[in-house]
Amino acid sequence: MMEPMHMQYEVEGGNFSKAGFASSEIKKVLKQLNVDARIIKRIVVSSYEAEVNIVAHAYSGKVKALIDNEKIELLYMDDGPGIPDIEKAMQAGFSTASSEVREMGFGAGMGLPNIKNNADKLEISSEVGKGTQVRILIKLTPEIG
Amino acid sequence: MSNNEFHHALNFCKDTCIGCSHCMKVCPTQAIRVRGGKADLMPNRCIDCGECYRVCPVEAIKVEQDDFDLIFNYKYRVALVPGVLLGQLAEEINPRQIYSVLMEMGFTHVCEVETGAEILRNSMADYIRQHPETRPLISAFCPAIVRLIQVKFPSLVNHIIPMKPPLDVAGLYYKELLIRRGAVADEIGLFYITPCAAKIAAVKSPVGEEKSIINGVINMDFAYNKVLTTVKQSKAHSCILPEDPNLTPEAILWSLTTGESSVMPGRSLAIDGINNVIEFLEELENEEVSDIDFLELRSCDESCAGGILTSANRFFTAERLRNRAKISALDADRKEERHSIHAFSEVLNEKLRIENIKPRSMLKLDENIGGALAKMKKVNELMEILPYVDCGICGSPTCQSLAEDVVRKEADISRCIFIQRILEQKGTFTRQESIEIMKEIWGEKKLDKDLK
Repeated sequence: MMEPMHMQYEVEGGNFSKAGFASSEIKKVLKQLNVDARIIKRIVVSSYEAEVNIVAHAYSGKVKALIDNEKIELLYMDDGPGIPDIEKAMQAGFSTASSEVREMGFGAGMGLPNIKNNADKLEISSEVGKGTQVRILIKLTPEIG
Repeated sequence: MSNNEFHHALNFCKDTCIGCSHCMKVCPTQAIRVRGGKADLMPNRCIDCGECYRVCPVEAIKVEQDDFDLIFNYKYRVALVPGVLLGQLAEEINPRQIYSVLMEMGFTHVCEVETGAEILRNSMADYIRQHPETRPLISAFCPAIVRLIQVKFPSLVNHIIPMKPPLDVAGLYYKELLIRRGAVADEIGLFYITPCAAKIAAVKSPVGEEKSIINGVINMDFAYNKVLTTVKQSKAHSCILPEDPNLTPEAILWSLTTGESSVMPGRSLAIDGINNVIEFLEELENEEVSDIDFLELRSCDESCAGGILTSANRFFTAERLRNRAKISALDADRKEERHSIHAFSEVLNEKLRIENIKPRSMLKLDENIGGALAKMKKVNELMEILPYVDCGICGSPTCQSLAEDVVRKEADISRCIFIQRILEQKGTFTRQESIEIMKEIWGEKKLDKDLK
C-alpha cells in the first residue's frame, strides 16, 4: 500500500472571502485523480461545509486531507468555542448563527447534517472553550452492487 | 460520436509559425506546447474557442472552411445567416442588400439563423421547468463552452440542456419548408456563415449526435468582405428579400449576451468571455453557487458579436442588433406566432433533442486512482524544485504543466532553464547540453543570430 497523499491548509476564522479555498484545492486534486464525479460532489459538499464551519465559528483552524487509493480522510481542527451539545448540532435546522451571518447565506443549520448525509463516516469531538475536531471519511470508488 | 479523433477547425500552419508562444500562453485549456520552434496542438484538449487565433502575430493559425463551389452540388442552396453578419454592417446597408449579394454569390435561399430561436425559446423553457432536479441548467448554444465543460468540468456535463442550437433548428425548418414545396431532401444544401471556429467544429464533429444536418460552412469574414465590396461598387441588383424575416426582438437578440438568460424562466445568469466562464464554473463545482435556474455561457466577449471571424467592432455590432430589436418590438403587427416556423413546431420539436453529453476529462493523470495518485506525487515532487515563474521557456505554458508533461513522459525536467542552472552549478550539466535543449524547443533559428 502506498503512503497516502497529504494536503494541509490553514483556515482563518471570520474570513469569509477565503472560505472554500481548501475545499477547492482538494476538488482540483480529486479531478486529476479521475475520481467519479458523483463522489467528488459528495466530498466537495462535505469539505466546504466543514471549512465554512471553522470560518463562521472558530478563531483559527487547520484542514488536513489524506488521500490513498481507496478513501479520502478529512480532518478539521479548530481553536474555537466548541460545541456544547453535539447531538443538537447534528439536527437539521439547528443553528447558532447570528442574523448577519444568515444574511450572507450561511448558518441555515444544515452544515453538519449535510456532511453526515454525504460522508461514509463522520466523527466529531469537541471541548467547550477549546475547540472542535471533525473527521470525515469518504470512499473514492463507488460501492459495487 | 462517429469518430474518436476530435475535429478542429483551427489549423496551425508550421511554415508560417515563428514559435513566439503567444498562443500557448492564452490557451484556456493548456492545449498548446512549443516543439522544434513551432506551436503544437494537443487535439483532445482543444475546445476550438479561438483565443490562440486572436493573439497570433503572423496569422499562422488558419480557420478551415469549405470550398465555396461546394454549394453548386445542390439545386437548392440555402445560406444560413447569423444576425451578427447584419450587425457588423452599417445601418445604411440593409438586410435586403446583404441578402441580394448572397443570392448573387450563388445561393438560392437565405434564412436567418435566429429563426430557430423562435422555437427553441419555448422548448428550452419547458425543459427547464420539467427538470427541477438539476440546477442550474446550462445552455448548449456555444459549442466552445460545451467542449470546455466536457474536458475541464466533467462533473457538470449533465447540467447541459441536450438540445440543438438555433442553427440546426433553422436548418431543419428550412429543409422541411423546401420539401413541402416539392424539393427532394438530397437536392437541398444547407450552408452556414460562421462567426467562429467552434461552430465549424460543431458542424464537422457534433457532440451528442452522429452527423450535423449542415452541409458546409463559409467563414463570416469571407462573406463580410464580399458584401462590402459588392455594395461599395454598387453592383447589387437582384434585391430579393428572404421570406418572412419577421423575427421577434427576442430572436434577434439571441446570439448576444443575455439573449437567452433574459427569456428563460426563473433566476438566470449570463456570462461571456472564456476566462470569466471558467472562473464561474469552478465556483459552481465548489458548491459555492446556489439558487440559479439557468446559465447562459458564451466563450467570446460580447458573445457572437465578438466571434473570431467577425471583422467589425463587437460593441457596435451588439448596438446595431439591439437597435434592430427595438424597431422590431415597435411593429405592432409582429406577433410572436406569426413567423412561419411555428407551423413546423411539431416536426421540429421531435428533432430538437440530442443525446446526453458525455465527459472526456483532460485533467485525469491516469485512468485508475492508484496510478493517478502515484503520478500526482511525482508532479508534486517536481513542483518542489520548479521555480513557479511560468515563463514558458520550457515549451509548456506553466511550471505545473511542465511537471505534468514530465510525468506523462512527454518532456524532460531539464527543459526548465532554472533546473539547467542548478545542474550546471553541480557540474552535471554543460552549456552545450543547454543549447541543444533550447534548440529542441525553440528551433535552430532562434539561437543562430549574429550579434554585433
